[in-house]
Amino acid sequence: MQIVGELINTSRGAVHTAVDNLDAAFIQGLAAKQVEAGADYVDVNAGTFVGKEGDKLCWLVETVQARVETPLALDTPDPEALRRALAVHRGRPLINSITGETGRWETMLPVVAEAKAAVIALCLDDAGMPQSAADRLRVAGKLVRGLEGAGVSMEDIYLDPLVCPVSTDTSAALAALEAIGAMRREFPGVHAICGLSNVSYGLPKRRLLNNAFCLLAMQQGLDAVLLDPLDRSLISLIQATQTLLGKDEYCMAYIQAVRENRLT
Amino acid sequence: MNEALLSRIGDAVLRGQLPSIENLVREALAENIPPLQIIQGGLAKGMAAVGVRFKAGDYFLPEVMVSAKTMAAAVAILEPLLESGTRIEPLGKFLIGTVSGDVHDIGKNIVSMMLRGAGFAVSDLGVNVSAERFVEAIRKERPDIVGMCALLSTTMPAQKKTLEAISAAGLRDQVKVMVGGAPVQAKWAEQIGADGYAPDAVSAVDMAKELLGLVSGTD
Repeated sequence: MQIVGELINTSRGAVHTAVDNLDAAFIQGLAAKQVEAGADYVDVNAGTFVGKEGDKLCWLVETVQARVETPLALDTPDPEALRRALAVHRGRPLINSITGETGRWETMLPVVAEAKAAVIALCLDDAGMPQSAADRLRVAGKLVRGLEGAGVSMEDIYLDPLVCPVSTDTSAALAALEAIGAMRREFPGVHAICGLSNVSYGLPKRRLLNNAFCLLAMQQGLDAVLLDPLDRSLISLIQATQTLLGKDEYCMAYIQAVRENRLT
Repeated sequence: MNEALLSRIGDAVLRGQLPSIENLVREALAENIPPLQIIQGGLAKGMAAVGVRFKAGDYFLPEVMVSAKTMAAAVAILEPLLESGTRIEPLGKFLIGTVSGDVHDIGKNIVSMMLRGAGFAVSDLGVNVSAERFVEAIRKERPDIVGMCALLSTTMPAQKKTLEAISAAGLRDQVKVMVGGAPVQAKWAEQIGADGYAPDAVSAVDMAKELLGLVSGTD
């Protein structure tokens, strides 16, 4: 299970303030904590800086990489901001993200292809928000074929089924779960990734729903996830689930994590 | 007796008792309670109570939606009966859409539903609505308020662009403009010169009433 640490996002008030004040110590601390907790990628997002996103994103990349070796997830829909962030990033980042919407696809694809990086592809196209698992699979097919055609290898594609809230449509989680299973069967080598918080929008005790969804999605083949790595109970559940799903030889990772007192 | 029955109707809306609302409404009609009174003295009071609970954090989105559906089911029975005598004038005409480049529709749909529940006539342009389409629809439909939704920080600038297009078309004086969506904040609304902002669907109804100079409150 690859974990993308989601905490360095300027939609969080404290992070916005830190980026605004160029508070490197705060950002580096947040990056280091996520890496220590097991993040495979550290997501960086400066989306709230309308008009200055590129500058802020570059600053985030350089600031975080001055402290941690982990590659970053460059979180922007803006091809120009992405191009600049890629230029200062060391190593092989995860681009977050491309979609099948005509404008975004055409402007992002050349940047993605040139970067030789991994990329998250959202199952979204000009038809709008996907409803069923079949909708998602149709868009996923287009994305995978298009990315492959541009020279991106299957192993570098992370498909995001787009998870919608169950509060407004009780079949929403199931549609995303089914899509994850179908994507993994249909496109061998391609990864499935998603965020966890959409599913619980509009409901109380959101974390409970987020966590349950994560485990169900893992059973369907989710092998990468955007989350808060500092949430020890979630990280513990994920480790236990990996072990139950036969992805932990001799249960050694589980035992080791318990010995190191990483699980709760 | 009428008061008790109206209060049961309000309660059915508050509790989202969709299956029982039709019988309650028929019962009220059989008691010769005027349809308008059923709506204003029963249904609307129930919906107002839903809003209060939602804002206090005691009610959650699915509960609000079921209540709105319950109210809509009752109104569907009552509205044809109003035609003969007292027609309800809508509180105002509301034009809504998600801005260009953005296909999120859930929030917009909830706001539309709540506005309709509160008595607004709502015209929904859908998602990925260009500035030109907003302008055209304002010309054609002459709404009192235009609501623009953006769910991405990257599509927020389209709210600004649309506002500018409305001004350039010389229509800015004719409509109030509201903005909303997850990344949108009151500061942004002020910065781009919108008339109102609401953080959620219930507040959107209050803001719409406020913009039209209607007293907002529990009845």
